[in-house]
Amino acid sequence: MAEKLISKIPDGPLAEKWTKRKSQLRLVNPNNRRKLEIIVVGTGLGGASAAASLGELGYNVKVFCISDSPRRAHSIAAQGGINAAKNYQNDNDAVYRLFYDTIKGGDYRSREANVYRLAEVSAAIIDQCVAQGVPFAREYGGYLANRSFGGVQVSRTFYARGQTGQQLLLGAYAALNRQVAAGTVKSYPRHEMLDLVIINGQAKGIITRNLVTGKLERFGAHAVVIATGGYGNTYFLSTNAMNSNGSAAWQCYKKGAFFANPCFAQIHPTCIPVHGDQQCKLTLMSESLRNDGRIWVPKKMEDVMRLRKKEIKASQIPEEDRDYYLERRYPAFGNLVPRDVASRAAKERCDAGFGVNETGLAVFLDFSDAIKRLGHQRVQERYGNLFDMYFKINNVSPWEEPMMIYPAIHYTMGGIWVDYDLQTTIPGLYAIGEANFSDHGGNRLGASALMQGLADGYFVLPVTIPDYLSNKFAEPKTDTNDPAFEEAEKAVQAKIDRLFAVKGKETVDSIHKRLGNIMWEYVGMARSEEGLKKGIELIKELKKEFWSNVCVPGSQYEFNQELEKALRLADFLEIGELMARDALNRNESCGGHFRVESQTPEGEAQRDDANYMYVAAWEYKGEDVEPELHKEPLKYEFIEVKTRNYKD
Amino acid sequence: MDFNLKIWRQKNAKEKGHFETYHISGIEEDASFLEMLDILNEQLIREGNDPVAVDKGCKSSGPVSFDHDCREGICGACSLYIDGRAHGPDDHVTTCQLFMRHFKDGATITVEPWRSAAFPVIKDLVVDRTAFDKILQAGGFISVRTGSAQDANNILIPHEQAEKSMDAAACVGCGACVATCKNGSAMLFVAARVSSLALLPQGRPEAARRAKSMVAKMDELGFGNCTNTRACEMECPKGISVDHIARLNREFLKAKFRD
Repeated sequence: MAEKLISKIPDGPLAEKWTKRKSQLRLVNPNNRRKLEIIVVGTGLGGASAAASLGELGYNVKVFCISDSPRRAHSIAAQGGINAAKNYQNDNDAVYRLFYDTIKGGDYRSREANVYRLAEVSAAIIDQCVAQGVPFAREYGGYLANRSFGGVQVSRTFYARGQTGQQLLLGAYAALNRQVAAGTVKSYPRHEMLDLVIINGQAKGIITRNLVTGKLERFGAHAVVIATGGYGNTYFLSTNAMNSNGSAAWQCYKKGAFFANPCFAQIHPTCIPVHGDQQCKLTLMSESLRNDGRIWVPKKMEDVMRLRKKEIKASQIPEEDRDYYLERRYPAFGNLVPRDVASRAAKERCDAGFGVNETGLAVFLDFSDAIKRLGHQRVQERYGNLFDMYFKINNVSPWEEPMMIYPAIHYTMGGIWVDYDLQTTIPGLYAIGEANFSDHGGNRLGASALMQGLADGYFVLPVTIPDYLSNKFAEPKTDTNDPAFEEAEKAVQAKIDRLFAVKGKETVDSIHKRLGNIMWEYVGMARSEEGLKKGIELIKELKKEFWSNVCVPGSQYEFNQELEKALRLADFLEIGELMARDALNRNESCGGHFRVESQTPEGEAQRDDANYMYVAAWEYKGEDVEPELHKEPLKYEFIEVKTRNYKD
Repeated sequence: MDFNLKIWRQKNAKEKGHFETYHISGIEEDASFLEMLDILNEQLIREGNDPVAVDKGCKSSGPVSFDHDCREGICGACSLYIDGRAHGPDDHVTTCQLFMRHFKDGATITVEPWRSAAFPVIKDLVVDRTAFDKILQAGGFISVRTGSAQDANNILIPHEQAEKSMDAAACVGCGACVATCKNGSAMLFVAARVSSLALLPQGRPEAARRAKSMVAKMDELGFGNCTNTRACEMECPKGISVDHIARLNREFLKAKFRD
C-alpha cells in the first residue's frame, strides 16, 4: 500500500523545489475556470484566503462555515503574531533560517520541502496583508515593527497588538466579501459538513446540515477543500473555541483520506489555569508575553505553602528566593524556549510541588522587570489588551501581581495527510491549514499557524489545485442526485436518527468532559505504554456508553445545539482513540509527544530517529477494525538532524 | 451563588416568545456568565429527561440556545442582553468575559436576545446577524489582488496613525451597538470599518466610495439612523469611539459632494 503515499516532492536543490513544481503544474484557462466549481469548508485563515483567492481567479466557489459569519472562525483568537522572513530588523534572518527554526522546532518530524516553501512564501503574506489594510504595529518612522517568539533568536514576528489573528482574519474575510460581492463566491454560514461524497474515487461534494432549519443539503463540485482546523477539543478543555471540532476532517478519514500523526498535539505553556469543575474552556495568554515576562516559581517550599494559604503575595517574595527555571535550564533561549519545552518544564516544577495556586498547577509569569525597564506606556501598547483580559477573568491586575499560568491543549500538528500539492489520498480532496499535517512536525513554533494558514490559502492551493482541475472543465456539473449523494445523505440521516433514538440519561457535555479527563490523563503531557493502553480501553468503553446512554433533546428540524455537539462528540470519541493508538505506536519522545519511556537522564525528550523518522499515516478500515498504519519516511537531504538544544 | 434567571424563550422566528424563570444554585463566583448558562442547560436537559421533575411542573422547553464560540471576547458570537444592557453589567466586555462575581447572590437576572428589526430571532437568544456580512460585502474591503502587493515597508504609516486604525479595527462585529441604539442603527459598526481603512494610505483610494455604499446598504437592510446619543460607544465591548462616526460622516459627505 506504500504507493498510496506519493509525496510529489520535486527533486533538485531545496531552494528551487517550489519554483520547479510551479513550472510543472498545469493551468486552467480563465474562460474555463468559471465552468469549475470548488467547495471550501471552513473560513479561518486557510479557508477564507483560499476561497477569496480562488474566487478572484474566476472559479465558482462555495464556502461553508458553522458560525453565523465567516469572520468568527477560530483563527480570530490568535493573539501574538505571524512569522515572516523579512529580515527587517537586520538581525541576520533569512528564508533558510525561518525554515531551519521551524524544522528544528518541529523536532525533525516535518517535511523539508514543505517547510522551506512555507518560509519562502512568508514574506509575500505580510505584503498581501498590509495591502489589504491590516493595521500591523509600526515603529515611529512608519516602518513595520517586530517581536520575538519562542524557539528563535531573531525578531521576525509581525503583530497587531494582541489581536493579530483577528486582524489577519478580517483581512482574509474582507477579501472573501469582495468576491461574494463580485459573485464568484457564495457563502453558506451556519452550515455544517457532515459527510464527504465520493464519485468514481474522486471527491465530488459534501452533505451539510443547515444549522437553522436542520435540513440535510447536498452540494456538488469538481473539488473539495477542507479547512476546518484541528481536533484539540477532543480534550474537552482546550484553548480552542467551543464549536471547533474535528468532524469534517474525520468524515474524510472515514471515506479514505489518510490521517497523519494524530498524536502530535500542542500543549501551550501560557494559559490561564483551570479553576473548579464548572469550566468548559481555557483561555490562552499569548506567547508574545514571554518576550518580556519572566516565568518563575518560588525556590522555597515554605513560600509555596504561604502563597497557597494566601498569606503572602507573589510580589513579596524577594528576587533571590525565585526560581526562574527556564532561564536556569535553558540559558540560551531563556523564557523563549519552544512551547513543548516550556510546558514540560512547568509540569516538572509543579510535579515537584512548587505550583503556586490552590490546585498546585500554576506558575508565575512576571512583568515587574519589564514595567521597570520599558515603562507603563510601552508595556500597555504591547500587551494592554492581554493584561485587561487577564484582569477580567481573574480579578488580579498583572500590573501589580504576576500572572498565573499553566499548560493547556492549544493546537494539533497532526491532521489529514497531504502531498506537496496539499492533495489528500483522495483525488480532488485538499486539506489546508491546521486541518492538514504537513508543516509543523512534532511541535509548532509560535506565530507559525497564521503563517501556514495564509500561505496555504493565498499562495499554495491556488497554484496547485488547477493541476487537478485542468482536465475537468469539460465534465458536466456534479449531479447531486447521483447515488453516491443519496447514500451519503442516508448515512448521515441514520446517524442522526440513531442519536435521537438513544434517549439516555447522560448529557453530551458530561460525556465529553469524561473523554477530556481520559485524554488529559493518558494522552496528555506524559504518555506511557501502560497508560495509553488503558486510555484506549477507557475511550472504547465511553464510546459504548455514549451510544447507549446519551441524551439528545429536541428534534432534528430546528436550531439544536445539543444535536450539533452530539454529532461532534461521536467523532471526538473516535479521534481520541486514534490519537492514543498513534501515541502508543510512536515509542519515542519528540516535540509535544512525550513518552516517559524515552527520555534523557536530565528528563529531556529523547527522539528515536532510527525507528521513528517517519510520518505515521493511518488508513480507516471500518467500524471497530484496527486502522492500518502507512509510513512516509522523512528524508533530510539539506540539514543535519540533531538533538534539539535550547541550552547553549 | 444562587440566581433566578428570567430568560427569553422563542421556538423560532415565526412563533411568539415568552419569558421563563429558572432557579440555579451552586455557581462559583469565578464562573463566567456563559458557564453559568452551560450549567443551567445541563440542569434543563436532566430535568426534561426526568419524569419526576416533569410531574413537578418542569416546563421543559429544553436547553436555552445562545450563540457563543471563542469565550475569549474576540469572535463576537455571544450576544446577550442582560438586565437591560448589551453584554451585561460590566464595562468593555463581551458576554463571555462577564463573570458571576458582578452579580449579587440571589439576584434575578433577565436575559434577552439582541432586539433589532435587522437581527431577527432564530431561536431563544440566537439572532440572525447576516446583515452585518452584507454591509461589509458592500464595500468593507480594499480591492487588492492576491499576489499583487508591493513590499510591505513601501507603505509607511506613522505609529499613531496605525494605532488609531487599529482602535477602529478592534470591532468584533457582535452587534451590541445596534442592540443598544434606540434607533437600531449600525453606524458604529459601519464607522469602525470605514474609519480603520480610511486612516490607512492603502484604504484612501476607495474611502469615499466605501462609505457611500456601506451606508446605502445599511439603510436598505432596515437599520435605523444615527441621532448621536452615543449609547453605542458606552456599550461597545471594545470601547470603539464615536469619533469614528465623525470620520464616516466626513467620508460620506465627500462622496455625496462629488455626486
